[in-house]
Amino acid sequence: MVGLTTKNEANSPAMAGDIKNDVLTIKNLHVSVDGKPILKGVNLTVRRGETHALMGPNGSGKSTLGYAIAGHPGYEVTDGSAELIVDGTTYNLLDLEADERARRGIFLAFQRPMSIPGVKLADFLRHATTNVRRPERKEGEELIPMREFRKELKSKMEQLRMDTEFARRYVNEGFSGGEMKRAEILQMAMLRPKFAILDETDSGLDVDAVRLASQSIAEIGGADMGIIIITHHDKLLEHNVPDFTHVMLGGRIVETGGRELAEELHGAGYDRIRAAYPDAAAEEKAMTEKKQAAAAV
Amino acid sequence: MATDLSTPENAAQLSASVVGEINKYDFRNEEKYSFKSRRGLDAEIVHMISDMKNEPQWMRDFRLKSLEIFNSKPMPKWGGDVSLDFNDIFYYIKPSDRQGRSWDEVPDDIKRTFDKLGIPEAEKKFLSGVKAQYESEVVYGSLREDLSRQGVLFTDTDSAVREYPDLVREYFAKIIPPTDNKFAALNSAVWSGGSFIYVPKGVKIEFPLQAYFRINAENMGQFERTLIIVDEGAQIHYVEGCTAPMYSTESLHSAVVEIMVKKHARCRYTTIQNWANNIYNLVTKRAMAYENATMEWIDGNLGSRLTMKYPAVYMMEPGARGEVLSIAFASQGQHQDAGAKMVHCAPNTSSRIISKSISKNGGRSSYRGLVRVEKDAAGSKSTVVCDALILDPKSRSDTYPYIEVENQNVSIGHEASVSRIGEEQLFYLKSRGLSEAEASTMIVNGFIEPLVKELPMEYAVEMNRLIELQMEGSVG
Ligand SMILES: Nc1ncnc2c1ncn2[C@@H]1O[C@H](COP(=O)(O)OP(=O)(O)OP(=O)(O)O)[C@@H](O)[C@H]1O
Ligand SMILES: [Mg+2]
Repeated sequence: MVGLTTKNEANSPAMAGDIKNDVLTIKNLHVSVDGKPILKGVNLTVRRGETHALMGPNGSGKSTLGYAIAGHPGYEVTDGSAELIVDGTTYNLLDLEADERARRGIFLAFQRPMSIPGVKLADFLRHATTNVRRPERKEGEELIPMREFRKELKSKMEQLRMDTEFARRYVNEGFSGGEMKRAEILQMAMLRPKFAILDETDSGLDVDAVRLASQSIAEIGGADMGIIIITHHDKLLEHNVPDFTHVMLGGRIVETGGRELAEELHGAGYDRIRAAYPDAAAEEKAMTEKKQAAAAV
Repeated sequence: MATDLSTPENAAQLSASVVGEINKYDFRNEEKYSFKSRRGLDAEIVHMISDMKNEPQWMRDFRLKSLEIFNSKPMPKWGGDVSLDFNDIFYYIKPSDRQGRSWDEVPDDIKRTFDKLGIPEAEKKFLSGVKAQYESEVVYGSLREDLSRQGVLFTDTDSAVREYPDLVREYFAKIIPPTDNKFAALNSAVWSGGSFIYVPKGVKIEFPLQAYFRINAENMGQFERTLIIVDEGAQIHYVEGCTAPMYSTESLHSAVVEIMVKKHARCRYTTIQNWANNIYNLVTKRAMAYENATMEWIDGNLGSRLTMKYPAVYMMEPGARGEVLSIAFASQGQHQDAGAKMVHCAPNTSSRIISKSISKNGGRSSYRGLVRVEKDAAGSKSTVVCDALILDPKSRSDTYPYIEVENQNVSIGHEASVSRIGEEQLFYLKSRGLSEAEASTMIVNGFIEPLVKELPMEYAVEMNRLIELQMEGSVG
């Protein structure tokens, strides 16, 4: 399955080289889980090199948006579009399986990463890194050379102050909350995505670790990555000053501003937002009530 | 071919490529036999086998008696469905007139087969002693000089009957008598090939000894007979691997493996079997462990139409320890009925059974295990853990644990789990660029990892590679 819709004939180095032309565009995205609508028309445009903060109260749909962009099969897109342009090629993300999206440059750092018993972090990452760097690789074809991979992994781990012993541990198995989040950043560092969604990558990290994470994300992303940072705190944004801040409520992005919006919300919370967008606030209320009703059954 | 096997990575690559080739191409060699027995089984065939092998009278009598037992015993009523016509099977085939004494003497077509199995290269630098069974007879064997200097005997069992008659006679069929079960009786009547090993007192073999087997004739049964004696304080790790090409008609493999582990000795016996889908693999494996001795069976079963295999350890004296680690992979049209049998006959003995099974594409795997604690076995311990992974709704897994305890002063634990590959795990891996097939293979390999890491390096790689091949085309 190839989601190629247009191809850039010119392929001029100037165009391909200008990362500002690489863009992720979400339009009117509606997503349901088990037939239950959760996202109700999300619009979002992220260019490479930009940092976006995605905020919003618990249950407003931030993680759902991350899953939908990454291609979780349980998150059904019922309306809208998600388009990715990289190197002058346009992909309809909704036509691509999760692995193909990853190979085209999408990355999601999970709010709750899965553990995979018996699979060593290094082995898993060597596969992943190979596939993402060689998007056309077929199953069974060679992996990137062990030595080269090990060297790179080691230096990235050192950068993240991770004990290299971790590479030999099973993926997320028995990791502490903070270790899991660090491992997510490590994966991002190895995969060098073009667009990354970091879903509460700061949760579970101690004070020093958050600072380090903030710094590392900025270093890894640099000016090359389009980053969406989902967070309830301001620490992660210290080194990743958002160009845009979006507020999600009741399954929609209701307001977009600059860094000052993030600062406002960290100080004052969501009361103003709820008051300003009564429709979305009503959606939020309806969703919580439905859930309570379901729980009562 | 000068393949450098000095690093585990190189060895791994070679092993992986060889296994890949075996499975991709059905490389049956032209059959060029100097002798081919007719189908069916009667006293005349048994006499013929004994004649061919130029055996002593006691072995001939043993075979004939075993044939009677075979004929009188009913088929087992449990396990899998054995729909075999015993009259439609060849019971003995001899590949060449005599055994190759050196590599130069081994016939070329046999060499080509071994090339594809990677044996000659592997043997040069990596393996310490290779016994390769082609058809029903061992055609090539080598044993490092340092081993023979230490008094280790390692040969095919046919030769052992002639060369070490006293030793063979003392132990042969003492651990598994022909009366044990119908297939042990069958093997006793028509056995051919297999390995004989004697490790003298206190001799510790530090590297795994290996053997390769292969079936190469349609409708032909293989009845190896392996006997290993590990004398007091001695130590051995024996590794046996099988990879069979595909065939169209039924085939029977029914081996008997007997192991004697004396006081303070240690034996580990590792098997990986990947039979063609039409093969019945009905094997009897049993060890007796004496004072403070340790016996470990590591058993990987892939392929075959039906495998019934329950390696056993009889703990005969205090402090004896038995362990079975078993991996079974059942795919379409396959039934793996595997498990273990632990019999505690003396005080303070301990046993552990770890079984991991994977069922895919309509395959069926069953764990069948017995833990028996005799009256005298006070203070004994046993743990059983069996985990099953079912890859799709068509597939099946069952557990049949039997526990018989005659002494109340014992500790016995049993845990069982059944799981399916989770959508969330798959998505996590896919979101990192792994295809669905790669992701599920990785999860399956992770599932058996606790056992695979017990295998020698090149076997671990082979095991993972075999799983990959089994998983191919499983999704979509
Ligand atoms: N797999 C699922 N099954 C059932 N409900 C789901 C699922 N995923 C999301 N939801 C529901 O959708 C809504 C949005 O959830 P989501 O995880 O996207 O919120 P969030 O904004 O990330 O919240 P938080 O800040 O707490 O992480 C919630 O009501 C949640 O219960
Ligand atoms: Mg969330």
